[in-house]
Amino acid sequence: MKTDKLFLIISREFLIRVKKKSFIFLTILTPIFFAALVVLPSLIMTLSSGEEGQKILVVDKSAVCAAFFKNSKEFNYEFNANANIDALKKDFANSGYYAMVEVSPLDSNLNVAVTALSTKQLNIDTKKEIENSVQKAVEKNKLQKYNIENLDTILKDIKTNVNIKTFTIGEEGDEKVGMVEIYMAIAYISSFMIYMFIFMFGSMVMRGVIEEKTNRIVEVIISSVKPFELMLGKILGVGSVALLQFIIWVGLTVGIIFGVSSFIGVDKLAGNDQVTSSVMGGAGAGDMASVTASLSENNSPMNDIMSALSGVDFVSIILAFLAYFILGYLLYASMFAAVGSAVDNEADTQQLIFPVTLPLIIGLFIMIHTFQYPDSTLSFWGSMIPFTSPMVMMARAPFGVPAWEMALSIGLLFGTFLFMTYVSAKIYRVGILMYGKKATFKDLIKWLKY
Amino acid sequence: MSIISCNNVVKKFNQFTALDSVSIEVPKATVFGLLGPNGAGKTTLIRIINQITVPDSGTVFFNGKQIQQSDIAYIGYLPEERGLYKKMKVGEQALYLARLKGLSHADANRELKQWFIKFGIQAWWNKKVEELSKGMAQKVQFIITVLHKPSLLILDEPFSGFDPINVQIIRNEILNMKANGTTIILSTHNMESVEELCDNIALINKSKLIISGGLEQIRRDHGRNEVELLYRSDSQVNVVSNSLYTLVSDEDHKGARRAVLEVTKGSKSSEVLGELITKVDIVSYKELIPRMNDIFIKLVS
Repeated sequence: MKTDKLFLIISREFLIRVKKKSFIFLTILTPIFFAALVVLPSLIMTLSSGEEGQKILVVDKSAVCAAFFKNSKEFNYEFNANANIDALKKDFANSGYYAMVEVSPLDSNLNVAVTALSTKQLNIDTKKEIENSVQKAVEKNKLQKYNIENLDTILKDIKTNVNIKTFTIGEEGDEKVGMVEIYMAIAYISSFMIYMFIFMFGSMVMRGVIEEKTNRIVEVIISSVKPFELMLGKILGVGSVALLQFIIWVGLTVGIIFGVSSFIGVDKLAGNDQVTSSVMGGAGAGDMASVTASLSENNSPMNDIMSALSGVDFVSIILAFLAYFILGYLLYASMFAAVGSAVDNEADTQQLIFPVTLPLIIGLFIMIHTFQYPDSTLSFWGSMIPFTSPMVMMARAPFGVPAWEMALSIGLLFGTFLFMTYVSAKIYRVGILMYGKKATFKDLIKWLKY
Repeated sequence: MSIISCNNVVKKFNQFTALDSVSIEVPKATVFGLLGPNGAGKTTLIRIINQITVPDSGTVFFNGKQIQQSDIAYIGYLPEERGLYKKMKVGEQALYLARLKGLSHADANRELKQWFIKFGIQAWWNKKVEELSKGMAQKVQFIITVLHKPSLLILDEPFSGFDPINVQIIRNEILNMKANGTTIILSTHNMESVEELCDNIALINKSKLIISGGLEQIRRDHGRNEVELLYRSDSQVNVVSNSLYTLVSDEDHKGARRAVLEVTKGSKSSEVLGELITKVDIVSYKELIPRMNDIFIKLVS
C-alpha cells in the first residue's frame, strides 16, 4: 500500500467536507447552542430578577406569622392585621403593593389557610418563600403548645443537615471523593457523544461511498488505487472530520461557558441554589436536570463538585474515551461503507442498514440502563460485546472499571474492528462495481467468496 | 513484442463463468479491438488487466513480466461506467486523479494546462463538473485518462456521449498516441471505429475467445472472394460467368451497372481485369471485404 496515495485520499475526503458551509455552521453553532442551554437560564434569572424593594402586604389574622417574614432585597413586608381586603382588592393596582398575603386565623387544629393576591402571577421563588415563612411560624406555634422548656435552645440544638459525602476506595486503599451525580454526568455525555458520532459520521461514510458509485467515478479511482485504500482513505478522512468537530465542540462549549460565567459571575451560575434548582426543576429535563438540581442543594456545590472532579481519574477516562471513540467509529464506519457499496442510491439502504444500526440502538438502550446500574450483568456484557461496548463501557468507565475488564473490552473491540474491516472490504470491492440489481444479504455473502 | 499477453485466463463468479481460458496477445504500438456482445466478459478481462479483479487461474504478462500492482502507473483506463465528482471543480479534480496515478503536483499541473489549451477548454478549470454538459465531462475524462502518458491505454466505449466532431478529435488523438508508441486496447460496439482504428482484434462471446488476429486478415478470411464491378454499357448482356469468375448478380446502379463476381480460387485480379477490360467500360473494380458488423453478427449469433 502506498501511503502517499492513501494520504491523498484522506486529505481530499477531509477537505471536501471541512470546506462545506454546512459543516462550518454546524461546528460553530452547536456549541453555542449547548452553552446557551447551560448558561441562558441562569443568565435570564440574573437579569430579570425584578425590581428591588417591592412591597408585600401581609394581613396576618393568625397573629403568629409576622415575625417569620424576613425582608429581602426584593421584598419589603408590611403588616396590617386589620386591613380591609375587599376594599384593597378593588383598587389593588393603585395600592402600591406588589402582592397581598392573607393568613387566616388559627383553626382548632392550629392550622391556617393562606391566600396570595397579586396583579401578576407570583413567581415560584416568592411563593416558596411565603410558604416557608408561614410553615415555620405555624410549626413553632404548635410546638409551643406543648410547653417545653428551653424550646429555642432545643430546636437550635437538634437542627441538622445531612449531606452524604461518598468516597470510592482505590485498589491501594486510598479514598477518593466520590459524587455519583458527577460520574453520571460524565458517563452520560461521553457515551452519548460516542453514539451520536458513530451514527452521524458512519452515515457520512456510507453517503460518500454511494456518491462515488452514483457518480460512476469509483472505477476510475480503483484503476489507480486498490479498493481497500479507497475505503480506508474515506473512513480515515471522515474520521478526521469527526475528530476535528469533536475538538472544536468541546473547546468552544467550555470556552463559552467559562467566558460567560466569568462575565456574569460564577456564583450566579453555580452558587445561587434557589435559582438553579428551581430553574432546572422547572425544566424537568430528565436525568441531567435532577443531577444538577441535587448538586445544587448542597451548601457549597461548587466546592464539592471541584473536589469530586479532582477525584475523577480524567486521564484514564479521556484515554478510554478516545480509544472507544476511534475504535467504535472504525468498526461501524467499515460496515456502513460495505452497505453503501452494495446499493445504487440512498433509498435502497433501508434493508441492508438494519443489522448495522440495530446493535447501535441496542447499545443505546443498555447504555441508559448502565447509568443506573453500572455493575449489573447486562452492563458488564454490554461493555464486553464489541458492537455495544463503545457506548456501554463509556457509561461505566467514570464509575470505575477494573483494568482487566477495560483491557479485555478494548482488545475484543480492536480484534472485531480488524475482522469486520476485512469482511467489509471484501463486500466493498465487489459491491462498488455492481450496478442495477438490488443486492440482498445472500448476494453480500456470495461476494465474500468472489 | 507484446505489451500484454493473457494466458488461459479463467474467472468464475460462483457458478457463473465470466472468462473461460482466454488468451490474447496485444502487440506494442498497435490498436487492439476487444469485441463481443454485452455480458461476454470483455469488462472482466479489462478489469483483470487493470488488476481490479484477480483471475482464478491463468497469467497476465505486461512487457514480458508477470503484471504487478506498480504497473498500473503505466496503464490508462477509461471505464465504460465513468464519471467524476459532481461537486468538485474540474481542475482540482483532474489534479487529484492525476496524482493518484502517481504524478507529482507540479507535473500534473503542467500537463493538464497543456491539454486544456490543446482542447481549448481553459475556461472550464474552475467550473464544477455538474456545470458541464455530458460531452464536456467526457472530454475532461479523456484527458485525465491519458495525462500520465501511459504506455498502455484501455478505452471502453470511448466515443459514447460525443458528437461527430469530437469523435473525430478523439480518433485523431488515438492514432496520434499510437504513432508515438502507445498501445491502445479499444473495446467498443461501434464497428466503424473498429475498422478505422484497429490493427488487431479479439472477439469474445459467452466467456470464450472466438477469434483473434489481424483485422484485415480476419475480414478477408470471412469474405467469399467476391469483387464488385461498376461499369457502363449500352447493351443488356455484357458480363457472363467463365472459368475466371462466376456472376453472382448484375443490375442497374445509379446510371451504371453493378455486378458482383465470385472470383474462382487461384485466379488473380489482373487476369480477371484483363478479361473484363476487353468487354465493358469499367468504372470501378474492388474487392468486397465483409464489414466488421456483418462478421460480428455472423460469429455471435
